[in-house]
Amino acid sequence: MLSRIAESLFWIGRYVERADDTARILDAHLQLLLEDPWVEEDLACRSLLAVMGATAPAEDVVVTRQDVLDTLAWDRTSPGSIAGSLTAARENARRAREVLSSELWEGLNTTWNALRRTTRWTPPEFFAWVRERAALVGGVVDATTPRDASHQFLVLGRSIERADMTARLIATRAVAGSAAPGWTTMLRSCGAYEAYLRTYRGREADRLAAEFLLLDPSFPRSVVYSLMRAESCLETLERGARRRGEEDARTVLGRIRSGLEYRPMLKLLGNLPEEMADVQRACSEASDAIKLRYFPSGVSDDWIGDPW
Amino acid sequence: MADLFEGYPRGAAWDEMMGPEPDGADGIRAPYQHVHRTMGALDADELRLRADALARSYLNQGVTFDIGGEERPFPLDAVPRVLDGAEWDHLAPGIAQRVRALEALLADVYGEQKVIADGVLPRRLILSSAHFHRAAMGIHPANGVRVHVAGIDVIRDSADGWRVLEDNVRVPSGVSYVLSNRRAMAQSFPELFSRMRIRPVADYPRRLLAALTAAAPPGVDDPVVVVLTPGAYNSAYFEHSLLARLMGVELVEGRDLVCAGDRVYMRTTEGRRRVDVIYRRVDDEFLDPVAFRPDSLLGCPGLINAARAGTVTIANMVGNGVADDKLVYTYVPDLIRYYLGEEPILANVDTWRLEEPEALAEVLDRLPELVVKPVDGSGGKGIIIGPAASRAELDAARTRLRADPRGWIAQPVVQLSTVPTLAGDSLRPRHVDLRPFAVNDGENVWVLPGGLTRVALAEGQLVVNSSQGGGSKDTWVLGSGRRRTTVAAEPPAAQPVTGVPLDTNPHDTAQGQHPQQEQQQQTRAGGEA
Repeated sequence: MLSRIAESLFWIGRYVERADDTARILDAHLQLLLEDPWVEEDLACRSLLAVMGATAPAEDVVVTRQDVLDTLAWDRTSPGSIAGSLTAARENARRAREVLSSELWEGLNTTWNALRRTTRWTPPEFFAWVRERAALVGGVVDATTPRDASHQFLVLGRSIERADMTARLIATRAVAGSAAPGWTTMLRSCGAYEAYLRTYRGREADRLAAEFLLLDPSFPRSVVYSLMRAESCLETLERGARRRGEEDARTVLGRIRSGLEYRPMLKLLGNLPEEMADVQRACSEASDAIKLRYFPSGVSDDWIGDPW
Repeated sequence: MADLFEGYPRGAAWDEMMGPEPDGADGIRAPYQHVHRTMGALDADELRLRADALARSYLNQGVTFDIGGEERPFPLDAVPRVLDGAEWDHLAPGIAQRVRALEALLADVYGEQKVIADGVLPRRLILSSAHFHRAAMGIHPANGVRVHVAGIDVIRDSADGWRVLEDNVRVPSGVSYVLSNRRAMAQSFPELFSRMRIRPVADYPRRLLAALTAAAPPGVDDPVVVVLTPGAYNSAYFEHSLLARLMGVELVEGRDLVCAGDRVYMRTTEGRRRVDVIYRRVDDEFLDPVAFRPDSLLGCPGLINAARAGTVTIANMVGNGVADDKLVYTYVPDLIRYYLGEEPILANVDTWRLEEPEALAEVLDRLPELVVKPVDGSGGKGIIIGPAASRAELDAARTRLRADPRGWIAQPVVQLSTVPTLAGDSLRPRHVDLRPFAVNDGENVWVLPGGLTRVALAEGQLVVNSSQGGGSKDTWVLGSGRRRTTVAAEPPAAQPVTGVPLDTNPHDTAQGQHPQQEQQQQTRAGGEA
């Protein structure tokens, strides 16, 4: 497969997942702002923007829900917003159109076309729609992509993005303290609430909820599960090959995953924002490593003459 | 723009939003100021749009009520009912007081029966109650709680005129609508939620689970709680599944349970698993074919024996119906004084006990202006409203009352308060009642802020039960006391947080090739031309 195509597939996976997860995170935070009258809106919005990697407005400006929505939902030019990442996903699909099934291309293209209409919707409607479109794209990927390298790259992108986003979600809780939604809302936003309640039979404790989102080995949105999934994609792509030193993506992902898995839970919880930032950095590092290894086209090759 | 409130009739009944209009003032009662302003700014189409969104969200979520085998979305009215924090702080302790008295009554009735010996309640009254179950004698609940969940129906006819209409301590239903109403309303009217401080209700499943766990048989470390439902065709099935889901416990049917050796188990793929607490939504009579109706397919044979052996807790307890018998209801103020040594905070609606010959005579005489109800009824079944009944219906009622005076009570027609409700293209007053829910964990009785407001959707209609075509309103209790002061005390994580920037595909942004690719296109197009 062409590196360029593989790269596009990888990013389709990431962008669609990003739109999905951002919609979930925003939905949870906005619902909380509505349902719980004791939340400090400015603080909650600031921490949300910060954790999502967006630049917060100046200190003296009061940040409102509308600002958060503008930055993280509607902005079509920034790949950090929902509309932006859906646009970017479609751009990437356009570059890889010949290898995508037409169903997948149309799924992404229709989504992009419909973005124009969404500005009139209420945020919950928009978020629900985004989740639906992401689920549709995910379903089409699973149903129509041959299980060769192309599928691996799509899933690889999706899994890395998911690990990153779940880490951000957990970080919003840790950073904002009492202004952030409770763990219940956190779990809800990943669709994990019911699974969590069943796993721990209704006991609600901060420690358990954090543990579930971080470490649960069977819930597909937990950080550890997503990291394992990404690792297994890399393993399939490189079947049998040795790791290539410190910077190998598999090494990076494996290191952060085992760090989460084997560190005492209390230690993790004591330093959650920093730990989650580490996860995000590891995802970014792995993404760079993957790029170096598989998509080297972006690196300008200097002509150094014939080595022989 | 047609004002939704245009032509709103005032003064027929006590309206919770619209007070009298003294010169110049608009008469909007304080808790409703924001709601009135917001609703007043909408026109009929906009409100209709939002109301449709509410209904659609209910159909999608499956928030339905089963009427005669047909699933319908439970009608949720777009105008909320608002209670001031101070009003609520009067009402909630009254509800809790009542639950405590009924708990004491049940413990006594199924124990020493001192209340009879002391002459507060006639023995006849208890023994003749259809829901007094001898099977429940001698069962001692683990933490002394028999009423884990109660729904006390209250009505009001003036600002301070709260009265208790009836007690429900068997299997009160409706709390799921409180939870889902709130979610739906928050999505449809975000502007109101951001402006008003409304006490949240989402805590209920956690409180309920805590109460059920606390009621587990002694010595059980990590109790297994289940919700027992009659099955998917029950009218309240949505509620059963919602509660099980939100508590994270198994939703079981009778056939999933098996009793052996005075213990209750559920059948799972991994073999039998022990059950410690059963939050049952099956009526007493169907719970155990050994103790009650032998033809019941909904229960589990041997359940009562297991409960008597103390290996399983049934919540609410069997036999609670004796406490919400409508004739016992007339004694509740006395029972509060007798058991708690307190004055009742909430009054009853005046009620005639038809067993007293003078009362029966008076009621038969004044029947066209009274309401008569069966003592063990629920869901508004069998109620005869005098002013609305035909001559033939009244005659039939008289015969029935004479034949079975123990089976009926009579009350004056109470003018329920009204709240503006969407009717066609405008808002009109419709009668409402309120069912607050109380959860008793053995230590204290917690009352869910708000509760289920049921509204009679037809004009002038006084029966609000959902089985009689009633709808509901989201009930908002405005916050007052409980502010989060801790936030001000210690500002959390004040250091500026710098998030990790998101990765992007470099080809998306820095596109060096972009202009060249475009150029290629243009050159070719130009060449062809």
